[in-house]
Amino acid sequence: MLKYLIKRVLWMIPMLIGISLISFFIMHLAPGDITSNEAAFNPKASEESRQKLREMYNLDKPVTVQYGLWLKRMVTLDFGKSFASHQKPVFWQTTDTDGNVTKGLIQEALPITLMINLLGLGITLMLAIPLGIIAARKYLGWQDRFITLFNFIGFSIPGFWLSLLLMYWLGVVNNWFPISGLHSLNYESLDTWGKLKDSLSHLFLPVIIPSITGLAGITLFVKNGMLDVLQQDYITTARAKGLNEHKVVYTHALRNALLPLITIVGLSIPGLIGGSVIAETIFAIPGMGKLFYDAVLMRDFPVVMGILTIGSALTLVGNLLADVAYAWADPRVRRGVARG
Amino acid sequence: MTSHTLHFIKNTIVVIICIWLSACGESPNSHQPATVDYFTNYPIESGGALINAMTGEPSGLISMIAGESASSAISSNIFNSLLKYDKNLELEGDLVKSWQISADQKTITFKLKPNLKWADNQPLTSADVLFTWQAVTNEKTASPYASDFQLVKKAETPDALTFSITYDQAYAPALDSWAGLHILPKHLLKGKDLHTSSFVRNPVGSHYYKLDKWAHGENLKLSRNANSVLGQAKIDKLITRIIPDNSAQFLELMADNIDLMGLDPIKYSRIIPARPELQQKLALYKELGNSYTYMGFNLKHKPFDDIRVRHAINYAIDKQEVIDGVYLGLGINIASPYKPGTRWSNPALTPYPYDPAKAKALLKQAGFVDTDGDGIVERDGKPFAFEIITNQNKEREKSAVLIQRRLKDVGIDVKIRAIEWASFISRFIKTGDFDVVVLGWGLGLDPDQFNIWHSSQQAPGQFNFIGYNNPAVDNLLEQGRLELNPDKRMKIYHEFARVLLEDSPIVYLSAGYGLTAINKRVKGIDNPAPPAGIGHNSHEWHIPTPLRRNEISAN
Repeated sequence: MLKYLIKRVLWMIPMLIGISLISFFIMHLAPGDITSNEAAFNPKASEESRQKLREMYNLDKPVTVQYGLWLKRMVTLDFGKSFASHQKPVFWQTTDTDGNVTKGLIQEALPITLMINLLGLGITLMLAIPLGIIAARKYLGWQDRFITLFNFIGFSIPGFWLSLLLMYWLGVVNNWFPISGLHSLNYESLDTWGKLKDSLSHLFLPVIIPSITGLAGITLFVKNGMLDVLQQDYITTARAKGLNEHKVVYTHALRNALLPLITIVGLSIPGLIGGSVIAETIFAIPGMGKLFYDAVLMRDFPVVMGILTIGSALTLVGNLLADVAYAWADPRVRRGVARG
Repeated sequence: MTSHTLHFIKNTIVVIICIWLSACGESPNSHQPATVDYFTNYPIESGGALINAMTGEPSGLISMIAGESASSAISSNIFNSLLKYDKNLELEGDLVKSWQISADQKTITFKLKPNLKWADNQPLTSADVLFTWQAVTNEKTASPYASDFQLVKKAETPDALTFSITYDQAYAPALDSWAGLHILPKHLLKGKDLHTSSFVRNPVGSHYYKLDKWAHGENLKLSRNANSVLGQAKIDKLITRIIPDNSAQFLELMADNIDLMGLDPIKYSRIIPARPELQQKLALYKELGNSYTYMGFNLKHKPFDDIRVRHAINYAIDKQEVIDGVYLGLGINIASPYKPGTRWSNPALTPYPYDPAKAKALLKQAGFVDTDGDGIVERDGKPFAFEIITNQNKEREKSAVLIQRRLKDVGIDVKIRAIEWASFISRFIKTGDFDVVVLGWGLGLDPDQFNIWHSSQQAPGQFNFIGYNNPAVDNLLEQGRLELNPDKRMKIYHEFARVLLEDSPIVYLSAGYGLTAINKRVKGIDNPAPPAGIGHNSHEWHIPTPLRRNEISAN
């Protein structure tokens, strides 16, 4: 097992280099650089000054040289500094000689996105598992049909549209929830309980909406897993032994039915750090999605590369974790690994 | 997992949802009572907070290196320049009491107002002005606006209140350039790299407001600067929230969480007028915008080198239709690249009228006839077809569609392509690989447009990308730069605009209005807006005590 793990981790290094190489070149295939943004298209701004900026950021060098410079920095885990926001560090904070701390772009955006997505995933699972179980147990009954209908309505509704409707209804008409942003303007003057309430009320809509629209997939997984398992011989055996139905379903069937969920959750780990551009734009949340999108539009290469690198590293780790968790949960897989 | 576990999960969910709902049940925003009397004549008192929203976050607050509008919107509340434009867009002193131009027009001497101070109580003197000039021209600063200031041959500070600059030859746009340069404090920035200095995010200025707190991605809070060089503004706090989505901004405006926002024509003329509850609390303002939309020909490509073809297309386009269709009528026709109503705009000029018959006749003169009866005109067997490119801007795309239809009427086959900005610039504009563009230019406050129209400005990356080359215009643009007397200068630019209109290298489509909705709690706003727009006296805006939000002023 340990040997297998070491092998997997070592494999990640060439994979990461390959991914970064491809990302870097694809990024440079898109025409334009930081000096071709809309604000620079100003007759008062001269071409010489743009050329000077290109030299300052090494953009006048061949792409291969630029990649080499980037790789050299990455060896020391230096993600570089953003072009578009006056040399803000891409990843983590820096302190200048006067002791002023400048926070990193990813450092600021990541916790926000992570919190929203973790809450969202938690709520989705908490709703999807019971719903899936009910739908499987009452298969083809009205409960099943109702859940299926509810899920597919949720799945089909465009998230931004539902968001705007709910923002209007809950925020403007009724004033129950704040409409956008992460904090109220008087956040700092609130006590701890007030701060918590304030944060939760701001998070309500951004968390709930993706949870509802993302419910369908996971509910279906749970339901189908459950249906499969309920038809297995050992369930028939359990029922034949005279076990009560609760015990059959929740002790014997559920554990097996939930196995595929491990894969799904593992695969969603990289998704946890990549926020949704649309949701973040609508709710005015300074998260990872907006950061990445703006960086691409501004051709802010260090930020694009920083997010891609961290994202792909997390994807690889997520896959590994999912495999490990699978092995831990399912003895059959464990034995397969040991043999291989 | 037993049934107990499931019950536990169920209960937990219920409890969590209950807590969440109860947490949010109490609204964090205490609202105005439903009946607010906006019309009583309240006394003018200072205090209160104005909450604004913008779609993009500033990259930093030193405008000489930032460049984007979000940055200057905030930093112009924090920093002063030597000069500024008054409500009628004439220059007046900002930090300076007076300025003098030497007889040979090469030297300008500025006299600062006495006893100026920075927000941190340090004196503001001519040394700061000199430092700012050194910073903007410094190679390492790489300021996009350096070129105007690099023309200064000599800058001197004979005493703490006097700053004088000498140019190699008279340079008329100089005064405008000094009106746009925010003066920075030497004592905080000396020897530092502007790009990496924390000053970019934590500036100290001299204007009405100072930065209190910048919550990245969320908001910027400004409060009154007690040392403001121009006296005290009425409103205590300016809060700008960053809300990227326009619809979300509008919802916040409806819910009374922000006080003002820029509107699009649909919100201005359809949505708000249709809703009494919005009309009751929002005042709408309309001011002439700062830019115009045009359709530009690549003059190096045939047949756009033929003036008859350019005239034909100009006559074939119904500009009023563009204004009505794209801006719901909230725009105006222009005939020169200057703001109508200001001294630089030539009142004698009128736009090309919509005249398809004349357009067809001109096309025929140029040799374009529909020989095969397919509705498209040909010359030498080649049909007249071209592609209009534009960036992904809804208004420009819509304008292009209306143009496409009108040009079809006179037998020209037009295709439209909208391209993402950076690709648009590097792939098409820089390389000159286009036939026709729909784009916009600013209606600059200084009339000098050398960089856009002079024949020497055609290299890749420069702004005469349509390849306009007219010796008469070159000559006028050069003269205009040398003449500092406003009246003589005005004549030069009136003539320039006349030639330009006659030559028709571009078709002026429209100048849209800037539209703003402001909550009626804010008083003291000029309506109708003067040429400089409603913002020119924002320091005199005030919010009467009974109309203030209570919780914001508390912190």
